[in-house]
Amino acid sequence: MRLHITKTPKCYVGGSFIRSEGGRVAPLCDAKGTFFANIPLCTRKDLRNAVEAAAKAGPNWAGRSAYNRGQILYRLAEMLEARTPEMTEAILIGGGSRAKANREVVASIDRIVHYAGWTDKFPALLGSVNPVASSHFNFTVTEPMGIIGIIAPDDVPLLGLVSLVLPAITGGNSVVTLASNKQPYPAILLGEMLATSDLPGGVVNLLTGQRDELIPTFASHAHLRGVTAVADLVERQALQNGAADSVKRLKLIAVEDPMDWYSESAQGLYEIRDHLELKTTWHPIGG
Amino acid sequence: MHSPKRTARPVARELLFGNLWEYDAAPESSPAFIDASYGLFIGGKWVAPKTRKTFYSISPRNEEKLSEIALAGAADVDAAYQAAAKAFPAWSKLPGSERAKYLFRIARLLQDRAREFAVAETLDGGKPIKESRDFDLPMAAAHFFYHAGWADKLNYVTPGRVLEPLGVVGQVIPWNFPLLMLAWKLAPALATGNTVVIKPAETTSITALKFASILQDAGLPPGVINIVTGAGDTGAAVVNHPLAAKIAFTGSTAVGKSIQRALAGTGKRLTLELGGKAANIVFEDAPIDQAVEGIINGIFFNQGHVCCAGSRLLVQESIANQVLSKLKIRMKSLRTGDPLDKNTDVGAINSRAQLDRIHELVASGVAEGAELYQPVCELPHKGFYFPPTLFSKVSQSHRIARDEIFGPVLSILTFRTPEEAIEKANNTHYGLSAGVWTDKGSLILKMSNELKAGVVWANSYNKFDPSSPFGGYKESGFGREGGKQGLLDYAKLKATF
Repeated sequence: MRLHITKTPKCYVGGSFIRSEGGRVAPLCDAKGTFFANIPLCTRKDLRNAVEAAAKAGPNWAGRSAYNRGQILYRLAEMLEARTPEMTEAILIGGGSRAKANREVVASIDRIVHYAGWTDKFPALLGSVNPVASSHFNFTVTEPMGIIGIIAPDDVPLLGLVSLVLPAITGGNSVVTLASNKQPYPAILLGEMLATSDLPGGVVNLLTGQRDELIPTFASHAHLRGVTAVADLVERQALQNGAADSVKRLKLIAVEDPMDWYSESAQGLYEIRDHLELKTTWHPIGG
Repeated sequence: MHSPKRTARPVARELLFGNLWEYDAAPESSPAFIDASYGLFIGGKWVAPKTRKTFYSISPRNEEKLSEIALAGAADVDAAYQAAAKAFPAWSKLPGSERAKYLFRIARLLQDRAREFAVAETLDGGKPIKESRDFDLPMAAAHFFYHAGWADKLNYVTPGRVLEPLGVVGQVIPWNFPLLMLAWKLAPALATGNTVVIKPAETTSITALKFASILQDAGLPPGVINIVTGAGDTGAAVVNHPLAAKIAFTGSTAVGKSIQRALAGTGKRLTLELGGKAANIVFEDAPIDQAVEGIINGIFFNQGHVCCAGSRLLVQESIANQVLSKLKIRMKSLRTGDPLDKNTDVGAINSRAQLDRIHELVASGVAEGAELYQPVCELPHKGFYFPPTLFSKVSQSHRIARDEIFGPVLSILTFRTPEEAIEKANNTHYGLSAGVWTDKGSLILKMSNELKAGVVWANSYNKFDPSSPFGGYKESGFGREGGKQGLLDYAKLKATF
């Protein structure tokens, strides 16, 4: 009998597959307690490197046409659809039924498709031409905030992550994401799909590691213009305290509040809006 | 060989009248009807502060006492929140069309008494009467009128979601546009069905307190708006009260950051409209005379006490000398002095503390090697005044180019290419506003795209409208005030499916 080749899990940062600069890993076991693989424990330095990669990728991504961004996101759904069985297995490492795991993958694909269709529509719905009383042409447009930190929930490891990452990148942001602590492997696998999706490297950066080690840096890194996190009370306090130093935009979802990630209300226009700035331009009307 | 002699650009021509035509004094004579003392406006009634303490509001124009104001302590702020919480269920359940009528009434009553309020604003805050009369008051009324119309149309704002009120909103506002900031805060909060505890700045409480009489005349239900007065401690009590569902703050970035920290873990919502250090960018093809007017208005409007003031002038190198000489001539004709005089362009600095800060920052500009210009002008002997000031030869590292001065002080820097202008303009922690002057449409759109600022004025500056969202990027805060976008900051979104 042939001994099968196991995969060394790597994080997807700046379009490359990296292991933590700190060289630390944590063993990941399946629901039965059998060793599965060693997951990188990313450090603060890894997070800073990822922010740098996101900064490099950001302007190009934000500057692409909405149509192009939509097609690239759709391509990501194509990549995931083709590897549905593999992703289902990745979720099954955390236990639960095959049907449930499959449902999560399918919902994640549908969520990506949902956002792929938003890229060329949200600006029209969120922006406006404003009827000012003076003789000016006045209009409001949306712009990406820049680099967004995302801290994914522990449960629903794929759908939770996809539901937070997609609205941010749909809006033209680049993201640095901390994957589920308990079930990091679906994020590792998603990185491989992102790499083949035409999404420019650095737009989505996926880290694995300990929440308590990385959250203070997510909070204080001044180049992260926003942080979206599913977090407990202590984490929320830490994020808001650190965010104040650079007046960072926060979207905090309390982990203790019930959240139905499968619901249609967990997606849409206002999730995109949470990661946008509004800019208003005035110009006089006249000869 | 010698290089060809460069022809000097024509310097701006100046008409010299000397002192042949002096202005006569033209004081505004309408009465302001300021009471000798004010209590706190809680639950629709005037109440004495439980602290039994008061403070005086003085006029920065001549340092005379105007009124004795109640100092609200934590117990008073608590009473205000209780009143607001009590009023919330009925107010939020009122049909939008009925809430709208109250706001329309308020707008109308404010228009009726606009002159009286303008005089009070000028006396208490120091801004020129022509600004309080022609800008602050009409704009405050317009904000109520605009938002009144939204109250019964909230279902049109967010497709796929409905807006629901948050509850009691705590609001803390600054001293630079006392009544206008009050209107910016109250109108959207009320239109979306919230009730409010609001604290005006301690140096400018009077128009907020006078406004309470308009609420009474409008028949607004008791407790929908509660007005508490005091300084930082009162503000902290407003921010930290457990009944607050949301805090809206306009003021300095330092205080904004401390509020963001104070709210950590409370789940309260927050919007911040903070400081700025706006770049006003003038390209060589700009209509120079219009640009000079825009620069003057951008920095000297309201004595420069404007968070979006165009305090960093970026001029393309080829026209820098021309713009500088035209600015100096224009500054000579600015009249600084008694804000109650209808000819005054630059009024009184709001407080002694602010005057001291301006002196300190201007001294740093001189010490760091920038070149100071101030027109010769005689300032009143009493009161707080500072002449219009211009610094040339400013570098990006100078404090006057980095710190928000919040006074009539302009710093001039130069650039060669649009890319350099963008880089310099964005080289700040702030991101509230910017100005661009050029005749080239495509350049305007490029600049507007690249500038990290919430408001971009092209070939104009310091324009405001209730339908136009206002607010910043970066450390200038988050959230928007005005427009349909501003409504979302006072509501939670509920899915309609």
